[in-house]
Amino acid sequence: MKSLVKFFAAATAMAVATVAQAADFKPAVIYDMGGKFDKSFNEGVYNGIKRFTDETGVEVMEFEVTNETQREQAMQRMVQRGATVVLGVGFAQADAISKVASENPDKLFSIIDVNWLDHPNLRQYAFKEHEGSYLVGIAAAMASKTGTVGFVGGMDIPLIRAFACGYVQGAKSANADVNVIQNMTGTTPSAWNDPAKGGELTRAQIDRGADVVYQAAGGTGVGVISAAADAGKMSIGVDSNQNHMAPGSVLTSMLKRVDVAAYQTMKDAMSGDFETGVRNLGLAEEGVGWALDEHNAALITDEMKAAMDAASAAIVAGEVSVHDYRSDNNCPM
Amino acid sequence: MSAVTPPLPRWADVFLLPIINLSIALIICGVIIFAIGENPWTALIVMLKGAFVFPGSLGYTLYYTTNFIFTGLAVAVAFHAMMFNIGGEGQAYVGGLGAGLVAVFLAPSLPLLIALPLAIMMAALFGAFWGLVPGYLQAKRGSHIVITTIMFNFIAASLMVWLLSGPLMAPGQMSSQTVRIAESAEMAKIASLLGYVGFKVASSPLNLSFVLAIIALFVFWVLIWKTKLGYEIRAVGQNPEAAHYAGINVSRIIIITLAISGGIAGLMSVNEILGVQHKVILNFTAGFGFTGIAVSLMGRNHPIGIFLASLLFGALYQGGAELDFEFRTITREVVLLIQGLIILFCGALVHMLNPPMARLLARLIKPKELDHV
Repeated sequence: MKSLVKFFAAATAMAVATVAQAADFKPAVIYDMGGKFDKSFNEGVYNGIKRFTDETGVEVMEFEVTNETQREQAMQRMVQRGATVVLGVGFAQADAISKVASENPDKLFSIIDVNWLDHPNLRQYAFKEHEGSYLVGIAAAMASKTGTVGFVGGMDIPLIRAFACGYVQGAKSANADVNVIQNMTGTTPSAWNDPAKGGELTRAQIDRGADVVYQAAGGTGVGVISAAADAGKMSIGVDSNQNHMAPGSVLTSMLKRVDVAAYQTMKDAMSGDFETGVRNLGLAEEGVGWALDEHNAALITDEMKAAMDAASAAIVAGEVSVHDYRSDNNCPM
Repeated sequence: MSAVTPPLPRWADVFLLPIINLSIALIICGVIIFAIGENPWTALIVMLKGAFVFPGSLGYTLYYTTNFIFTGLAVAVAFHAMMFNIGGEGQAYVGGLGAGLVAVFLAPSLPLLIALPLAIMMAALFGAFWGLVPGYLQAKRGSHIVITTIMFNFIAASLMVWLLSGPLMAPGQMSSQTVRIAESAEMAKIASLLGYVGFKVASSPLNLSFVLAIIALFVFWVLIWKTKLGYEIRAVGQNPEAAHYAGINVSRIIIITLAISGGIAGLMSVNEILGVQHKVILNFTAGFGFTGIAVSLMGRNHPIGIFLASLLFGALYQGGAELDFEFRTITREVVLLIQGLIILFCGALVHMLNPPMARLLARLIKPKELDHV
């Protein structure tokens, strides 16, 4: 009898604790300068957050920073307002979240596109962009009639070189003789938002025989897609599904599922099962992928789809490993 | 309608007019907030609490105030020579380069007592140089100062982007920024200083640069009204021809004034780089240089006015962010709109109500003055 009472007491205590935890759960997200409707990175996160709120009914506190100092301030204010988990968006917030996470060891933090920090209460998301790029490289090589495909990068940083390197590996795996022309838009942050130059580079690549051009260049990519469409050639979108931007001309889009990272963060923090450390999201984790919808269904042949699915399965199974440029700052191709 | 407008009494120009302008701006803001479905009064309270009452908020307000004092003074000193320096943004940016170079490369091997003053000095010198060149072009080549200072903002931005994404970029990460500066070049945080002497206050970016800004306000007053150089600056501003006939070297004064102006703007980077960010980052000036123009206009180019205007803008920035936190419907775009309206009425339209106000006051006050006659 005594033990039974004890059991009920313990069960009640646990139930109360769980309820308290659910009631105490207050998530927050700090969008970066682009704002939550930037048609790309931040909006991807917003979609993940929206999905979480729609499913669970839990409102997520949010803030869009307008200057450098606000990143740290916003995180601190969220903690002060009772946030139990704070999600940072993008590597620009790395320093801020590092500081706030170490000052608040009892709160949970998560950040996307960062893998070089180390805090016991911080989860970091890195994406295997090279794996997704490998798949669209296969599609590009198979769709090309000229045997020449192109790549236009944004700012010349290791991250973008990893996109390019994965793309080349994929293209060569489908057609060993394929010629890949690569250009970076620039070496400064303005390279992320220079559609005119993106268009120029694309036209130059088309003049040199390229008929499929993949872009990983932020806002510059809009110029790549429209230049390829104008010339009657094909382009490949990046980050979010950009197939709709020039239907019939965008072969596919390499998806980087930041929405998955955002959704996972909130979901895990809510369930109390929040592992910290670095999470590398690749094909196996469905963190990267390629887009197939009504806008490009006619462009993707059955052979392409079969080849990409096979490569995807091989990568997930570990039979094929795609070299990551960032691992040694070198591309074997 | 009389063609001649009576002059506005000084007390009305300095106190009454800014308050009326601010009230009009707040009323329009209230209408907008009401239109998007929030209670304007609650919003105002949140904004005030967010700027002064919440823990740490006063520190944030004064941190923004520090930036505005420097950029406001920079515009004001040039304005006394009737030079419109729009280049505060670029001068502060390049000043940050000066401070950053010292703080990153020299400071690690220097003690605090040498490293910090040296970094501050370099911030001022780099900023001064960025003001001196347009000043020289204006004085000796007749290139209009407004055009050249705007252009120099662009040159500064390009230069900094190139440096921070290239030679000065910190390894092992993706942001365009330098490595962390040495601790010997950091401006101490006020919160931690108060902590040493036993007062516990919430942490905020407020640092000793605020004290530097207060000193700058005083030095500005002495310079403009108590020194020969200040007299010459004002003389050139009032009437360059007369100043020339009085034996003042006008072009020399213009160059010196612009250098001083740029130097003060450069000091803004002491607050941002040495006090808060602790590394040189892209766009740390964040428009503070431009807002300095409104601060100077509203502050009537006087240190006390500039301090009050800076405090107002600091409270707007900090309180505005708090609005964004508090209300789901008030986004950062709405906050920007509110800030913009206040700048519009207190800065750009600062003289709009001057003539009607003067006529009204003249009508009200005249009978009394007649008694004296």
